[in-house]
Amino acid sequence: MNKKFVSFITAGDPSLEKTKEFIEVLAEHSDIIEVGLPFSDPLAEGEVIEAANMRALANGATTAKLFDTLKSVDVASKLVILTYINPVFVYGCDKFFAQCKDSGVYGIIIPDLPHEERGEVAEYAAKYGIHLIPLIAPTSAERVKMLAKDGSGFIYLVSSLGTTGVRDEITTDLTADIVAQIREVTDTPVMIGFGISTPEQAETIREIADGVIVGSAFVKIIEEHGKHAAKHIRKFLKSMI
Amino acid sequence: MSKRFGEFGGQYVPEILMNSILELEQAYEHYKNDDEFQRELSHLFNNYANRPSLLYFAENMTKDLGGAKIYFKREDLNHTGSHKINNVLGQALLAKKMGKIRLIAETGAGQHGVATATAAALFGMECEIFMGKEDTERQALNVYRMELLGAKVHPVTAGTMTLKDAVNETFREWTQRIDDTHYVIGSAVGPHPFPTMVRDFQAVISREAREQILKLEGELPQAVIACVGGGSNAIGAFYNFIEDENVELIGCEAAGLGADTPKTAATITIGTPGIFHGMKTLWCQNEDGQIAPVHSISAGLDYPGIGPEHAHLHAIGRAKFVPITDDEAVTAFEYLSRTEGIIPAVESAHAVAYAMKAAKNYDGSIIVNLSGRGDKDVASIARYKGEDINE
Repeated sequence: MNKKFVSFITAGDPSLEKTKEFIEVLAEHSDIIEVGLPFSDPLAEGEVIEAANMRALANGATTAKLFDTLKSVDVASKLVILTYINPVFVYGCDKFFAQCKDSGVYGIIIPDLPHEERGEVAEYAAKYGIHLIPLIAPTSAERVKMLAKDGSGFIYLVSSLGTTGVRDEITTDLTADIVAQIREVTDTPVMIGFGISTPEQAETIREIADGVIVGSAFVKIIEEHGKHAAKHIRKFLKSMI
Repeated sequence: MSKRFGEFGGQYVPEILMNSILELEQAYEHYKNDDEFQRELSHLFNNYANRPSLLYFAENMTKDLGGAKIYFKREDLNHTGSHKINNVLGQALLAKKMGKIRLIAETGAGQHGVATATAAALFGMECEIFMGKEDTERQALNVYRMELLGAKVHPVTAGTMTLKDAVNETFREWTQRIDDTHYVIGSAVGPHPFPTMVRDFQAVISREAREQILKLEGELPQAVIACVGGGSNAIGAFYNFIEDENVELIGCEAAGLGADTPKTAATITIGTPGIFHGMKTLWCQNEDGQIAPVHSISAGLDYPGIGPEHAHLHAIGRAKFVPITDDEAVTAFEYLSRTEGIIPAVESAHAVAYAMKAAKNYDGSIIVNLSGRGDKDVASIARYKGEDINE
C-alpha cells in the first residue's frame, strides 16, 4: 500500500504570505498538510513549535487572516488545521467550522480537546463536514479502541511521551501494538508523529503505520531560514519521502 | 462528583494525560469518603500545619475605620506561611496513597512551591518546581527556601515568564513522566477533579471560621472577603458560607495598574468565557482567544484566569468580585503592618484593601481571609516604593 506523508508548519511564521508559499512547496510531496493556527499557550508543543507560535502572533497572524490565506491556496494535498480549543471556542464554533468549509479544510486536530469533551465541537464539525481527527497516545491503553472507532479523516498516533519536537530515538514496540489494536476496529488510516526528523525514522514508521507526520523539523528550518526557507523545505521534504 | 460548576469546569486536557486524570478522579472519589484518609489529613493539619488557625479580632483597625467589626482568619500563621499547605498536604497524601513517588508543581509567588517542597520532604518524595523566571527574580528568597527543602526549581523562560507559563511548563513536564508523578496544582483551577479537590482541602478555612465566628459573635458574619487569583484561598474561605445566603462573599481581584488598563489581572471584571488549562472559565484574552499577558504586583494573583467555581458563583450572583489596584494593595500592606502589627502577603493585602474601603458600610462582623504572611514581599514592596534593599 502507498504510504502517506503528512507535513506540518505553523501559519504566520514568518508571515502568512510565506505560509502560502511553503504550503505550495510542501504540496509537491505531501498527501496531507497540517497548518498550525497559532495559540499563545500551545501546551502540547515542545520549544521549537512553541517559539514559532510566538513569532506568528507577534507578526500579526489572526484566525480571520489564516482563513483568507487558506482560501487563496490551490493545492492537491488535503489541508488540516491544528489548533487549540480556545481559539476555536472564542471565535465561535459554528463560524469557525463554516470558515473551515469555505476554505476547503479537510479536518481539524485539537490536542487539548479529549474524547470526553468533543461534544464542544462535534455537531459543528458534522454540520460542515470537517473531520475531527483524534489523537491516540502511548498512555491511552484501554481507551485506544474507543478513540479509534470515533475517529475520522485519519488517526494521529503520538509516538512517545512528552511534547512535539525532534527526538534522537523513536521506539516502536508500543506503537506497533497500538496500531494493531486500532486495526481491529477501523480502517481509518493511522499516521504517526512526534519527534520524527530523519529519513531512517520515517522508514521505520512506514513499516508499522499508514503514514508519517513530520512537524518540528520543518518548523526548525523556517526558524533558521525565515522568508528564504522554501528551497530548504523542498530539499528536506525530498529526503524524507 | 460533578465535572462542572454550571457551564464552567470540565476536563480539557491532551489525550496523553487523560488516563492519569481519570485515575486521579477515581482515587479522589474513593479517598474523600475514606475515614482513615480524612483522619490522617486532620492529624497533619493539626499536628504539622498548626491548625486550626486563629480567628483574630482586629480591634485597632475596627476602631480606626468604623463600621464593621473586622476579623482576620489567620492562614498566615500556618506552617510555611500561607493557606497553600492545606491543599498540598491533601494532594501529597493522596499521591502517596496512589503510589506516586514524585511531586511536580507550578508556583507564582513561591508559596505553593514552598508548601509542595515541604510536603515532599515530609513524605520522602522527589520534588520539582516550575516558576516563571520573572517570579524567581521577584521572589528569590522563596527559590532558596525550596532548594533548602530539597526541591529542584526550574525557571520558566517561555511566554510571559509568570504563573500562567509555569502552569504550561508543569503540564508539559507531566506529559514526559506520568506514571510515578503527581502534579500538585496549587489553585482551584485546572481540569476536573482539581478545582473540586483543591476546594475541598481548602474548605477547612471556612469550616473553622464559621464555628469560630458563631462562638465569638453568636451570629454569622455579614461578609467574607478574600483575594482571588486562581482562587484557592477564596473558595476555601467561601465554601461553608455559600448556603448562608445573607453572608456576602467578596473576591478581590488584582487590578494591577487599573482594570481599565492593559496592565491588569482582573479576570471577572474584564474576562470572557474560554477554555484553557483544562477548564472552561473566564479568561483575560483577545477576540481570537489568545490569552492576555496580565500584570499584578502580586506574583500569586498574576494569572489570566479564575477557578471555574468562582466563575459560576459570579454567574449566579452568589459572590461578587471587585478589582483592587497595586497601589491600593501596597497601601493596605503598610496599613495592616502599622495598625495591627501584622505584615500580610501582598496577595492578602488586596482583601485588606477592600475591607478598608468597605468597613464603614457594615454594622456587624466581617471576616477577611489573611491567606499568607508578607515576609516574602518585603523586598519587592521596598522596590515598589523606590528603595533598594538587600534581601
